[in-house]
Amino acid sequence: MNASEYLETIIFFLVLLAVTKPMGFYMAHVYQGERTVLSFVLAPCEKVIYRISGVTPEDEMDWKRYALSMVLFNLVLFGGLFTLLMTQHLLPLNPQKVPPFTWQLALNTAVSFVTNTNWQAYAGEQAASYFTQMVGLAVHNFVSAATGMAILIALIRGFIRRKTSDLGNFWVDMTRGTLYILLPISLIAAIFLVSQGVIQNVGAYKTVPLIQSTNYDKPKLDGNGAPLKDAKGTPVTENVLVTEVTIPMGPVASQEAIKELGTNGGGFFNANSAHPYENPTPLTNFVEILLILLIPAGLTSTFGVMVGNTRQGWGMLAAMLFLLVLAFGALQWAESAGNPLVAKLGVTGVNREGKDIRFGLAGSSLFTVGTTGTSCGAINTMHDSLTPLGGMVPLSLILTGEVVFGGVGSGLYTMLAFAVIAVFVSGLMIGRTPEYLGKKVEVREMWMSILVILTAGVTVLVLSSIAMITPAAVASMANPGAHGLSEVLYAIASMANNNGSAFAGLNANVNFYNLSGFLAMTLGRYVPAVAILAMAGSLAEKKYVPPSLGTLPTDRAPFVIWLVLVIVIIGALTFFPALALGPIVEHLTMGGN
Amino acid sequence: MKDIKPAILLFVIFTIICGGIYPAVVTGVAYALFPHQAMGSLLADKNGKEIGSSLIGQPFADAKYFWPRPSAASDFGYNAMGSGGSNSGPTNPDYLKTVGDRVKVLRDTGVTGKVPADLVQASASGLDPHITPESARLQIPRVAKARGLSEESLLKLVTHSIEPRQLGFLGEPRVNVLELNIKLDGAR
Repeated sequence: MNASEYLETIIFFLVLLAVTKPMGFYMAHVYQGERTVLSFVLAPCEKVIYRISGVTPEDEMDWKRYALSMVLFNLVLFGGLFTLLMTQHLLPLNPQKVPPFTWQLALNTAVSFVTNTNWQAYAGEQAASYFTQMVGLAVHNFVSAATGMAILIALIRGFIRRKTSDLGNFWVDMTRGTLYILLPISLIAAIFLVSQGVIQNVGAYKTVPLIQSTNYDKPKLDGNGAPLKDAKGTPVTENVLVTEVTIPMGPVASQEAIKELGTNGGGFFNANSAHPYENPTPLTNFVEILLILLIPAGLTSTFGVMVGNTRQGWGMLAAMLFLLVLAFGALQWAESAGNPLVAKLGVTGVNREGKDIRFGLAGSSLFTVGTTGTSCGAINTMHDSLTPLGGMVPLSLILTGEVVFGGVGSGLYTMLAFAVIAVFVSGLMIGRTPEYLGKKVEVREMWMSILVILTAGVTVLVLSSIAMITPAAVASMANPGAHGLSEVLYAIASMANNNGSAFAGLNANVNFYNLSGFLAMTLGRYVPAVAILAMAGSLAEKKYVPPSLGTLPTDRAPFVIWLVLVIVIIGALTFFPALALGPIVEHLTMGGN
Repeated sequence: MKDIKPAILLFVIFTIICGGIYPAVVTGVAYALFPHQAMGSLLADKNGKEIGSSLIGQPFADAKYFWPRPSAASDFGYNAMGSGGSNSGPTNPDYLKTVGDRVKVLRDTGVTGKVPADLVQASASGLDPHITPESARLQIPRVAKARGLSEESLLKLVTHSIEPRQLGFLGEPRVNVLELNIKLDGAR
């Protein structure tokens, strides 16, 4: 790393820390229903929304009704998007006349956006109309994020409320999250992005002449669209001269802003945030990484404020930050060493495959750990082309269950489940009844925490094993050997943990991945979400236990270190064998440094 | 099941707000304040005809032009309709052969010594408009010979075309190949 890369990294983390507290306090005000700086315009809008939709804001829900509302809402969202994807050719704003999605792809894509995963088995510029991108997908970017935040807030209420079944109102939490938090920040961010060169229009694609024409071998197709082959079985091609190129357009900035802010990650274009029209300058890159981490970081502070002890929030932040910096260092080290097999060919420098120049190595690495530590999944670097150990970093961040900041809301609620387990285990060690934030941790809390933490892991291991014995799944691998296993493991981990990034060489638009992915994304989102709400319900019923001499202080450094260890140990025990067969074997066969 | 009604109505309301009003406001402000950027930072020739975008790279393979990075865009290099990277794994034998072939092409133009990685490894977007300053300087002898220009004048042009780190610490110094080649053609 050179001096400016150190400077870029240090400034990034300083800015992140500086915005955490104001962001956290603001969000606490929003969810506690207090007046905020934006109330003068938004409070009237909020009232109108409640009146039209028939919501009584004072109507408190118990955990079952909160969960049911969340699931109902998600079903409606899913139905709406699935229908839209299947009928986009009949809808307006489709200047490129793109056809509808196949039902398998529509099923996968719809659940992907509703669950805040944004796994994309299609190329945006070729497969989605402006209407789909702007009206269809953008709304999910907002409300799926707001849903994750609402569930977290319900859990926090479970900790702070006593002897009640009331957890708040899902509709109010979801509405306020969208209206007061996501929309205003997205609006400002989108306009800033345009100023730097991110496009925002609804014009038709532009065709321009090339200064120097180029040519390529185009496979010839038979009448059914299958490639023609000669007697030897090699594909028949024809040489095509290209004299002009079509540049795609679209309302990109408005989607880019919420895609990062809501840790969604679904790109307008196939290259996602590597595309110059999504991420044109080093500064947009810096801002986009900040947007990804802004709400997850701020929510740790919101948590501290709401439980009445800000040190609890800082403790969570410290654990997350430690793991993120560690991951960044590992990735940066692996990539700056370069690829020894490429170096042998007379090449010098860091590993540039799958990276654009303008971001610089630090800008690429920071984005990569930010997007996989959270459940964002936007990419500015092709993770498939990282060095083996470099690629293991984003893979490990996803496999640990998306808690290194994690998705908006979902990251912290998963982290709190880890904290419950950490409290329980240490409670057993010192022989006291475990308590966390003044509530006794009992059998029900343990069951729910285990469901939250193990659902994704079990899904990943079972589905990857099935993939390995399914010829159609294996045939999708783009790279041979151990790297192919990494591709499959990454794909399923990414979907089960609702991340959405990929080792994108894998051809994911096949029935196996579309349908198993549908299952993985659904289980990975809703089992933990409902388990968290059940835990919130159980916690809220309990009475407050004041801290005594035997209470483990959860706002001190030893507990933070213990929490980090619990996360690492659970992750390592679950996935070490798979990682050993994938990236680690590949690294050893590379015979490098 | 009284919560069915808000589920449906809030979906409709937020579709209108987030999918209609929000992008419309962003588009309106973008057109008003930053029309050039909103429309794709397009470059025009002397007659006002659009010839590309300063953000989107184009393919160049002729000796008289500076070459961009290899592109793995689908169908053909720098196809703006097929953005994406190679997604080749670091130990894939086909990939290593491709990189070796690219090194050989450069060697055939008289390049000696170590080759900068960005000239033989494909970008993430497939549309990366930039190369590193070293990669631009490396190509000066070839371009000078093909155009009958002095290497000093080209070095001056390249040095002049280097974009520094943004705000002094973000990203890395780089040269926009399309803009450099447009300047070259204009200088002729």
